Amino acid sequence: MQAVTDNVFRALADPTRRAIFEHLSRDGEQTVHALTDRAGVSQPAVSKHLGVLKRARLVRCRHAGRETHYSAHPQALAPLVDWMSVYGAFWRDRFDQLENLLKRMDP
Amino acid sequence: MTDTATTRTLVIEREMPHPPEKIWRALIEGPLIAEWLMTNDFRPVVGHRFSFRATPVGNWNGVIESEVLVVEPHARLVYSWGALGLESAVTWTLTPTEGGTHVRMEQSGFPSEEGANYKGAKYGWQKFMGNMERVVGGLD
Repeated sequence: MQAVTDNVFRALADPTRRAIFEHLSRDGEQTVHALTDRAGVSQPAVSKHLGVLKRARLVRCRHAGRETHYSAHPQALAPLVDWMSVYGAFWRDRFDQLENLLKRMDP
Repeated sequence: MTDTATTRTLVIEREMPHPPEKIWRALIEGPLIAEWLMTNDFRPVVGHRFSFRATPVGNWNGVIESEVLVVEPHARLVYSWGALGLESAVTWTLTPTEGGTHVRMEQSGFPSEEGANYKGAKYGWQKFMGNMERVVGGLD
């Protein structure tokens, strides 16, 4: 599970990959060619990014003729999207700030 | 939110060496809230709609839409917390102790993995990513 989570984090740490993933999430299935037109990087680079996303299970692909079609698989975010841990860190930080404020306030 | 099969609850508790009256002020006075949480137009009046405002990031405008639900001076404060298409409620409970106050924060209404928010909400995912960056960035 940890390895899967690490892959998801790593995959989304890159802004180009994030853009590709968001693009697929928003607009649905796309070919590598279509993605390349949008990504602003070369097709081999896009293919490499898609490989990383695929290993993290964030995208799926299917072959049709000579084209490979990619689609987003946002459910793969589930191990990462742990609202408890994200918001837990947020609130613990805010609790610290609250205590700092209380120290500075008049009794 | 009452559907426990599709929501989760986050609880953070801490003992603070200050009286409940003082902590209450930090929870309900706008300028004080801004010092430890976020800028806001909060007023301790049930039914008051207000916003918390963070720095906008990515696809997220940084606004948390809220409504005051419960105000029990020095004891309990509840407001809704709407962000990123997800609705939750934040409940503050202050309990006097010998050395100060037991402060409890409960945020409930998070979607679980089985929840609808995990399945549909493509728009929500995008906004979530921006929020996650902000939260993680704020941990430094």
